[in-house]
Amino acid sequence: MNKITNHQLYRLIAAHFAEIIREPSVIFWGVVFPILMAWGLGIAFTQKGGTQAKLAVVKGIAGVSGEQETKLISWLTANAVKKDSTFTITLKNEKIGDATLSFIETSASNAITLLKKGKVSVIIDDLSTGPKYQFDPANAEAKAAYQLAANLANNGPLFYSANQSEIQPLTMAGTRYVDFLIPGLLAMGIMMGSCWGISYTIIERRSKKLLRRMVATPMKKSNLLFALITARFSMNLAEALLLFAFAWIYFGVQVQGSWPALIILFIAGNIAFSGISILISSRTANTEVGNGMINALVTPMMVVSGVFFSYHNFPDWAIPAIQYLPLTMMTDTFRAIFNEGAGFIDVWREALVLTTTGVVSFAIGLRIFKWY
Amino acid sequence: MTDIEYIVEVRQVRKSFKDVQAVKGVSLKIKPGEFLALLGPNGAGKTTLVEMIEGIQHPDEGEIFIAGKQWKHHQHELHQMIGLSLQETRFMDKLTAWETMRLFASFYKLNSHRVEEVFTLIGLEEKKKAYVDNLSGGQRQRLALGVALLNKPKILLLDEPTTGLDPNARREIWNILLDLKKMQNTSLILTSHYMEEAEYLCDRIVIMDQGNILGEGTLLEILALGDGQRSLDELFISLTGRHLYE
Repeated sequence: MNKITNHQLYRLIAAHFAEIIREPSVIFWGVVFPILMAWGLGIAFTQKGGTQAKLAVVKGIAGVSGEQETKLISWLTANAVKKDSTFTITLKNEKIGDATLSFIETSASNAITLLKKGKVSVIIDDLSTGPKYQFDPANAEAKAAYQLAANLANNGPLFYSANQSEIQPLTMAGTRYVDFLIPGLLAMGIMMGSCWGISYTIIERRSKKLLRRMVATPMKKSNLLFALITARFSMNLAEALLLFAFAWIYFGVQVQGSWPALIILFIAGNIAFSGISILISSRTANTEVGNGMINALVTPMMVVSGVFFSYHNFPDWAIPAIQYLPLTMMTDTFRAIFNEGAGFIDVWREALVLTTTGVVSFAIGLRIFKWY
Repeated sequence: MTDIEYIVEVRQVRKSFKDVQAVKGVSLKIKPGEFLALLGPNGAGKTTLVEMIEGIQHPDEGEIFIAGKQWKHHQHELHQMIGLSLQETRFMDKLTAWETMRLFASFYKLNSHRVEEVFTLIGLEEKKKAYVDNLSGGQRQRLALGVALLNKPKILLLDEPTTGLDPNARREIWNILLDLKKMQNTSLILTSHYMEEAEYLCDRIVIMDQGNILGEGTLLEILALGDGQRSLDELFISLTGRHLYE
């Protein structure tokens, strides 16, 4: 009679866990997708070199005579590889990787079309007095293409490989983009896992009247919520371990700080988002409303919390507010542990704030919770 | 429990939602082992009355006693005593029928032995390992009935247990309930639009409309209320001017 398998908490946890792992799409979105994202973004932003610049060259028209000028085109004909109407020249540099410039010889009107379509980023007027470059100065890619092309025209192809000894590429652990990305993905995984896994499940159960059916029994209500949170926590842990294992094996991402601090922060982050999830799902029985509420919570944080790119590009006045968002706090602190060697002493405040956020949200959520 | 005269006693109960008076001063008594049908069209107040007996709605006025106890002070005890099946409950899709039953059994501290018994009772042994979302409508309804019977309830509340089922599936539910009736341990309150369900299963019929009880008694007593109608539906039309199933 007293076997653990007859206990309601055991049964509730087992039921919630079974429900998660029996849904194949959960495994894809929870486990495979974050790893694919880490892989894709890690490769895209970690690969050395591979700079590509595409420019359109338009024959210049000399003043009164209307004679076409081809100073740059002549130089390219002598020095670059030509295929169809495209000249390609590759500049070598072992330290920062090669740069490939493609110059497409075309008419003025077609050049504009190519620019609008994003096929080139700069249009060059080939004048005898020297090339004139047209591009959007706010476009970083166009700016880089201009600088490469102008340097090439003014200084010749060797400029790119000169002075290589002065360059020291940062390849040590903790300084690459992938080192920046992985802690952010771990934090985001906790947020997404909790908000969808807990909030949406509760709202759906309420809409199906299952919560109402359950509370018509002697079930302890706290056991139901505890089981839901526990099952989700186990899943978040499994997802995080797999993502970390991938990042460690494939990219050599390492935890330079304290593992106990990392574990504590992981738990604190889960508490924060479990509490928030209970709060947002405490009232509504409409899954579409729930969908909107969860999106309204997670999407802004995904954008501003610096998971993928630093939030320091946002205006100065916004940064203090951004730093106090739970996702930012978790991301920043994970990064400090992974990349800056932070220990428990450096993260306890954040862990405490996250835990408090979770506990307070949970308490409010439970007070206003609608079971039917 | 045998010395209690009435297992359910509803005294002058009223309940309103915003501007709508759902139940307007209803009284009702049910004996242990008695099967009672609450008949009435949509909006008659049946569900509200059942929800008050079930303890999830509280009357604005009046009192409800279950085995002599009130919800306010005896919630835990009363939950042990009641079994219910709601019209639209959907269990977790990815649990098997067996796991669903074990889950609910654990709330009553019951072991797998009782779960086996209930599967036999509802005739769903062959579907134990099927996921809930692979069960047919009738099988799901039988599962819901099984869950309601796990704790051997003194009072079983069934809200339209056969709505939307085909005649065979309906007959299967009725047979389970008739077996239960023979054991004489359980009182049943059943809401329905189907008069044949009430005629077939229940000792007593209560007809409700617009929050009031229009008549109650055995089928014959009820029919005697009217003037010569031969069926409940005809009687209902003569009392309210509407069909029962509207």
